[in-house]
Amino acid sequence: MATTRALARLATRRTAVRPAVFTRSFASVDPISKAAEATVPDPARKAIPKSRTSTVKDPEPAKAAKIKTFHIYRWNPDEPTSKPRMQTYTLDLNKTGPMMLDALIRIKNETDPTLTFRRSCREGICGSCAMNIDGVNTLACLCRIPTDTAKESRIYPLPHMFIVKDLVPDMTLFYKQYRSIKPYLQRATPPPDGREYRQSIAERKKLDGLYECILCACCSTSCPSYWWNQEEYLGPAVLLQSYRWIADSRDEKKAERQDALNNSMSVYRCHTILNCSRTCPKGLNPALAIAEIKKSMSFM
Amino acid sequence: MGKLSGLQRAVLSLYRQCIRALRDKPNDTRENFRLFVREEFRKHINVDRKDFSTIEYLLRRGHRQLDIYQDPGIRNILR
Repeated sequence: MATTRALARLATRRTAVRPAVFTRSFASVDPISKAAEATVPDPARKAIPKSRTSTVKDPEPAKAAKIKTFHIYRWNPDEPTSKPRMQTYTLDLNKTGPMMLDALIRIKNETDPTLTFRRSCREGICGSCAMNIDGVNTLACLCRIPTDTAKESRIYPLPHMFIVKDLVPDMTLFYKQYRSIKPYLQRATPPPDGREYRQSIAERKKLDGLYECILCACCSTSCPSYWWNQEEYLGPAVLLQSYRWIADSRDEKKAERQDALNNSMSVYRCHTILNCSRTCPKGLNPALAIAEIKKSMSFM
Repeated sequence: MGKLSGLQRAVLSLYRQCIRALRDKPNDTRENFRLFVREEFRKHINVDRKDFSTIEYLLRRGHRQLDIYQDPGIRNILR
């Protein structure tokens, strides 16, 4: 009975709404918002008694609160004489999303709006939220919060980088190095068919595992060689990208690219420590790319 | 003034670079830039000279600011 009545009401309402939905005066008029206006209940209409409706309740707290402690690196550039410090926050994991980034966002929203960090896509494709979590460089959005509440999580910015504020590192040098390898297609000749630069499937396959790099700098900042020689050594992330262009069959400046790397610092500071491959949050293998560069340069 | 430490020389050299960069600014607004440079340095005049990490940070920031304000597109500066 109740359902039929509800259906009837819905039907009448829909017919009442229809003209609004199908009018098309201006492109900017949003038919949905108009429909929403039309469905505002008129005060004369009788309310449905409580016995005939369902009630949406606040989800029952199934378990006891799981309180986790986070220690987060803080440093404020507005007081340059103050030293960096660790600040402690506690969160109930039942009310927090599963990822570290959710915890950070919740701290920023609810506890401390001065906490500063980079974030954008929250799904591991932008590389903004790279930071050092429990001693491992990773993306906060791809790192689950360990559910073991007895252990405390420690969050630092990427190691051996200059800090802009709190968890935000200064990536200027990193991007400058990336620019120095000319990360774009260099060609003098036009495509043979006048349309596209074509590649065989085998040639395209060489770029797999290279083009996925999002330049989050997790690998570079985990590399001790990069820590000590940031100015000269390019670092795993940039070398991976460099190899991506060396390996590209459409690029015609392969020799120039290799020449630019052919000195004692740019590539050969890599001592195959392999921290880069171990830490990469995207599961890539920068060490393999560096090895390929070295190989291609030794048989030049 | 006695013998200067490396850090002190770095600060003085940054100040010198800033003052030299004034030459590329238009004549009528150069004074504004000069006052800005002086004020930026005076702001941190009370930093302890043994506080190396702070001074190094301020030096880095100074160089970055110099890079930005050197742009010929910036023709005037007002506080």
